[in-house]
Amino acid sequence: MSYRRTKRDRVLVVDDDGSLAEMLSIVLAGEGLTAEVCRSGDRVMDAFASFKPDLVLLDLMLPGLDGMTVCRRIRDRSAVPIIMLTAKADTPDVVAGLEAGADDYVTKPFKNSELVARIRARLRRTDAISEPIEFGDIVLDPAAHTVTRGGQPLELTPLEFDLLACLISDPSQVFTREILLERVWGYHHPGDTKLVNVHMTRLRSKIEDEADNPQIIRTVRGVGYQAIDPASASESDLG
Amino acid sequence: MRRLARLWRRSLQTRVVTSTAVLSALAIGLTGWALLRDVASSLADNRRAVAVAEARSGFELAQNRLDSSVETEAGPQSVVLSQMIDSLTGDGAAGRTYELVLQGPLAGDDSAVPVRSSSASSADAVPAGISQSVRSGNGLYWQYADAALENAEETVPVVVVGRQLRAPGSGDSYAMYYLYSMQEQQETLALMRNALLLGGMAMVMMVGGVAWLVSRQVLDPVRMARRVAERFASGNLDQRMPVSGEDDIARLSTSFNQMAASLQRQISRLENLSRLQQRFVSDVSHELRTPLTTVRMAGEVLFAARDRFDPQTARSAELLQGELDRFEALLSDLLDLSRFDAGAARLELSDVDLAAVARECAEDPVILRNGIVVRVHGAETPVVVQADPRRIDRIVRNLLANAGKYSGSDRVDVTVAQTDDAVSLSVRDFGVGLAGDENLRIFDRFWRADPARAQGGTGLGLPISREDAALHGGTLSAWGRPGQGTELILTIPRTLGEPVEPALTSELAR
Repeated sequence: MSYRRTKRDRVLVVDDDGSLAEMLSIVLAGEGLTAEVCRSGDRVMDAFASFKPDLVLLDLMLPGLDGMTVCRRIRDRSAVPIIMLTAKADTPDVVAGLEAGADDYVTKPFKNSELVARIRARLRRTDAISEPIEFGDIVLDPAAHTVTRGGQPLELTPLEFDLLACLISDPSQVFTREILLERVWGYHHPGDTKLVNVHMTRLRSKIEDEADNPQIIRTVRGVGYQAIDPASASESDLG
Repeated sequence: MRRLARLWRRSLQTRVVTSTAVLSALAIGLTGWALLRDVASSLADNRRAVAVAEARSGFELAQNRLDSSVETEAGPQSVVLSQMIDSLTGDGAAGRTYELVLQGPLAGDDSAVPVRSSSASSADAVPAGISQSVRSGNGLYWQYADAALENAEETVPVVVVGRQLRAPGSGDSYAMYYLYSMQEQQETLALMRNALLLGGMAMVMMVGGVAWLVSRQVLDPVRMARRVAERFASGNLDQRMPVSGEDDIARLSTSFNQMAASLQRQISRLENLSRLQQRFVSDVSHELRTPLTTVRMAGEVLFAARDRFDPQTARSAELLQGELDRFEALLSDLLDLSRFDAGAARLELSDVDLAAVARECAEDPVILRNGIVVRVHGAETPVVVQADPRRIDRIVRNLLANAGKYSGSDRVDVTVAQTDDAVSLSVRDFGVGLAGDENLRIFDRFWRADPARAQGGTGLGLPISREDAALHGGTLSAWGRPGQGTELILTIPRTLGEPVEPALTSELAR
């Protein structure tokens, strides 16, 4: 796996705890990343505009503007990867944060290696496929990092792009949530499957005609997800 | 029938009304019976007295006629008497209330005796008993009997009065009987009996109705109290009984309400307390997480750079790192226990294959690192149960870690089994074993069999596992013998919350 980095990736750390923010900066610097700290929700958007980060580390509990709102505002403006930091893994906050546009979350306390693996997974560009893939009326171009459907460009975040690329790269395979977590999110041990559920819903809402009746990505009950080639699907319908 | 029995068992009102009705019916029946018997006997006595008096004068008249007439020829029957019977019973004697029977002349034996009677039907109506008495004695005899009188198809009760008459001339003797009907008396009696029966039935029904009304008066408040108590018990703590008046029911209501209010106060106080405590524990552990994260990151940076430190500083970095792991495990265990204590723990159910869990955990490098050989038995076929996979996994890991860390044994056997009702998993070690009450204390928080061997671990693994099992309605039990090892058996019921027998029994169980 190689990382296409022409410059040092920039990470915006949004956390009100000074020590933790500084420690995060030290660890990220040790990993060859450039970090900038923002300690209040109110100033995030300014920092975001001036720093132009490649990734945002966002604590959900923030003074001023709360983490959820910050997350939504960043997502409105940009497709930049967002990883949430949370002390509570079992609260509705996590799902709400994911639905607000966060790509992933890390529960405190975490190991440095775990955090870095997640950041790397989000900064990584899909290099495994270099040729454009045509899948029904969907065309996915890894080089240009664009997806079109019927000629119309689709606005996908990098994570959604990776998720779609993973699924349509091998339509014969049913992908379990665990495999998707490993390939797309960089988890090396079983993580939280609600991550997959939330992002699959978002992806479907962007690529499917009817999100409630998905035709491109089918749910295989009790197993996972599978991309259905429209050509083979219509053949089987005829059969 | 079953419904009636159920009604009897369940409804106090039914019992009160039924027993009142039955008892009053019994009392009324007894009184009526005694009354009827009294009336019947006095009616019969009166009738008999009249009959005897009338008959006596009749007999005297007949005897006088016999005495005064001179019978010269012996005939089959005294002409005088025959004439008298005819004159007494003929059409001329209107309003006659009796029948007459004349037997005689009587022969010495009981052979057929000529009979003359006022009506054909009454000829055989004289009972043998009185006839015997009259023939052998001189007195006046009477007896009650049933006889078919003139124009009557059915027999009616009669009183028979009889006496022997002697004809001085011929020396013949005759038996003469008066038969007085008692039909009138019987009709009176029947009328009275019907009146008594009807009246009695009406009385019983009225008494039953009164009992129903009275019992309702008492039972309605009791039933209301029951309903209120039931609602209260089901958690509706605002339920109170209405209080009206100053009677016993009102006092009961007042006491009930006082009790309810006091219970409500206590419960809400405890709820508040438990909520506060849970919140506090949760807040504390969350507040601890941020500084712990910083410390942990710093520790990792130091640990990664320990090669560049002098030996003492390097060792300090290692210790820091190791204890941070333990600190974190302790924090997360404490948070889990606080959720159990607060009743906030929830199951996320799906199909769990206990055999697969056993196989996976048995290959866990953390356990194998201690040089322990784990053998799995009975995991060839799936052992599937509805359970929370995360918790089941945690239990099995805890059991294996426990066996690996504390037993001092280098061999651990894991056995999986199932029945129709439950699935069980046992983890057996062959180490020092536990003695006596240690089998119970193993589930105490922070308890360790041998503090000297307490390397790592939080001392909360087994207590949490037992709570996890209990959350499924299952059990986690320990058996052990000193020198032979320890066996822990997890049992999860197939139907949530139903108590079941484990699918496995321990070899160490006595």
